[in-house]
Amino acid sequence: MLKIENLHAGIDGKEILKGINLEVNAGEVHAIMGPNGSGKSTMSNVLVGHPSYHVTEGKVTFKGNDLLAMSAEERSHQGLFMSFQYPVEIPGVSMTNFMRTAINEKRKALGQQPLAPTDFLKLIKQKRDLVKLDAKFMNRSVNEGFSGGEKKRNEIFQMAMLEPSLSILDETDSGLDIDALRIVADGVNRLKSADTSVIVITHYQRLLDYIKPDIVHVLYQGRIIKTAGPELALELEERGYDWVIKEFEDSQK
Amino acid sequence: MSVYNNYIDIFSQNRDLIDKGSAGAMNALRDKAMECLKRNGLPHKNLEEYLHTDVASWFEPDWGLNLSRLDMHVDKAQAFKCNVPNLSTLLYFLANDEFAVSDTSAKASLPEGVFVGSLSEAARNHPEMVDPYYGQLADMDRPGIAAINTMLVQDGLLIYVPDGVVMEKPVQLVTLLHSAVDLMVNRRILVVLGHSSQLKLLLCDHSLSANSFLTTQVVEVFVGPGSRLELYDLEETHNANLRVSELYINQESDSQAEVDYVTLHNGKTRNSVFTAFAGRGSQLSLNGIGTIDKEQHLDNMTFVDHRVSDCTSSELFKYVLDDESTGAFAGKVLVRHGAQNTVSEQTNRNICLTRQARMFTQPQLEIYADDVKCSHGATVGQLDEKAMFYMRQRGIPEQEARMMLMQAFVGEVIGRVALEPLRDRLNRLVEKRFRGELSQCEGCRACR
Repeated sequence: MLKIENLHAGIDGKEILKGINLEVNAGEVHAIMGPNGSGKSTMSNVLVGHPSYHVTEGKVTFKGNDLLAMSAEERSHQGLFMSFQYPVEIPGVSMTNFMRTAINEKRKALGQQPLAPTDFLKLIKQKRDLVKLDAKFMNRSVNEGFSGGEKKRNEIFQMAMLEPSLSILDETDSGLDIDALRIVADGVNRLKSADTSVIVITHYQRLLDYIKPDIVHVLYQGRIIKTAGPELALELEERGYDWVIKEFEDSQK
Repeated sequence: MSVYNNYIDIFSQNRDLIDKGSAGAMNALRDKAMECLKRNGLPHKNLEEYLHTDVASWFEPDWGLNLSRLDMHVDKAQAFKCNVPNLSTLLYFLANDEFAVSDTSAKASLPEGVFVGSLSEAARNHPEMVDPYYGQLADMDRPGIAAINTMLVQDGLLIYVPDGVVMEKPVQLVTLLHSAVDLMVNRRILVVLGHSSQLKLLLCDHSLSANSFLTTQVVEVFVGPGSRLELYDLEETHNANLRVSELYINQESDSQAEVDYVTLHNGKTRNSVFTAFAGRGSQLSLNGIGTIDKEQHLDNMTFVDHRVSDCTSSELFKYVLDDESTGAFAGKVLVRHGAQNTVSEQTNRNICLTRQARMFTQPQLEIYADDVKCSHGATVGQLDEKAMFYMRQRGIPEQEARMMLMQAFVGEVIGRVALEPLRDRLNRLVEKRFRGELSQCEGCRACR
């Protein structure tokens, strides 16, 4: 699904990612953990093609294609999705209009006809139920007047609508109370299949209680310094990052 | 020799001709207008109110004037294509500055006592509807074009709505500029609403031929006690068009006025709006949209005069500026001594799409009463990059995302338009404008 090789990237001329290697296969859930400033958000932003970030070295293939050669919208059309840590408010653009445009642009890019209005409304209803998002939000401007939890549920709603093959959840648990967390995680789990993959970027174990990862990575100073099974997340929760960092530094000596 | 002297000469030499093409109160005010013009000249950029728009220089070319009222053979049928769909209006025309009525509107029966027609005809035959009002609001002694307009104007439109009459159907005045030579057009609109009456007036400004035009437009509106006015001024002219318009509104007690200026396409435009609350308990909603590009120029100046207590004014002007266009907005709100319980808000927001586009904004608030709630604010910025990226991540191409953000930006102003079919129409027109599909007005063959 996704193969990252020796990825170096940064922002404003400052290198933040210093050689990332990562392979995500279809059906897998990967967790990327790490202390503040380790490069977690940079990594997700680079993958989805944020124009402020610049790749200086390395290669990323997504479903066999050169991901870095694609525009942000092309990446989306090819099935890449990111749930934003801070979803953006767009005054004056209604959720319905936003979603309709997004879906139909994707269909256009894939050579499909636009969705019939009735089918579109049916789809909205079905996906709203998945994350328990009230119908009233559809007439509102995108994320405007949404609470923190509603914004995150809206992210998962959009994910459900766009049916991506790879979803990056960037700190989706931040600012969520336990009920909202459960709803969001439940939505993600119900969207999971053998053909789709998820990268969960998180600080804490909390979210991983609900979205069970297959593989856990620790990101530190722009590099993945440890990769292990789900038990690693529990250990990090208990012992913090210091021991992993020390282990890594010792190995570098 | 200053440029205005040329016009004083033209006036003096053609006085009989000008008077002959007009009547009554319109002719009676010309001498005073000439004196004012002599005293004040034309507004130039050394005056603070005209800092960004040197209107005087617009008068320098040797403009043609149709003082002898020759029929300029304007094909008014063209205008029907510019009609707002789903909106049935009483349709009238000013072909350059000559009044005409559409065939269907000519047959339509107006409510009793209502007059909609040629201003000069009314000045001749219904002086009681014109004399007490004509020239009473337009201030010829302040910097502007009221004096030169009053000196030269020969026709225009009068709408007289007596007490208690509600005009259900909007009145639409389509002004068509069409000429074989570069032409100066002076037009005048007078609107009188009695007690508890209502009027919706839609002014659509079009240029049909490729010549240059200079238009002066003076609109005076009397809103009687308890009356309601909706006034929409929509400009869709071409790049060689120069327009100076002045609107004066006087609101009596418990009246409501909604005024929306939409500059969809133009050359260079200066709109000045002077509104005064003369009676308590009145409301004003004053809004504007400017979508300009290339070397277009749009300058809106508003002056809201809270003379009495308990009135509310709300202003929202938004511009989207592309290429090398320049925009200016100056909004003054004056809350006079004793105008307690005034509520006033004024907002001007602008987006410059290029580094070359320039916007000048100057909100002003002058308050001489102590129990008021007033706010104002202005911003000049770019499209929200964060929103843009968010949309692109969801698969909306950059170009489309820009379009949606611009549409949403001016959509806030369109949302204030009370007349629903017009609202829908404006949404479509603005979208076309942003997509570059609207160069003048939809359906006009002469579009370029």
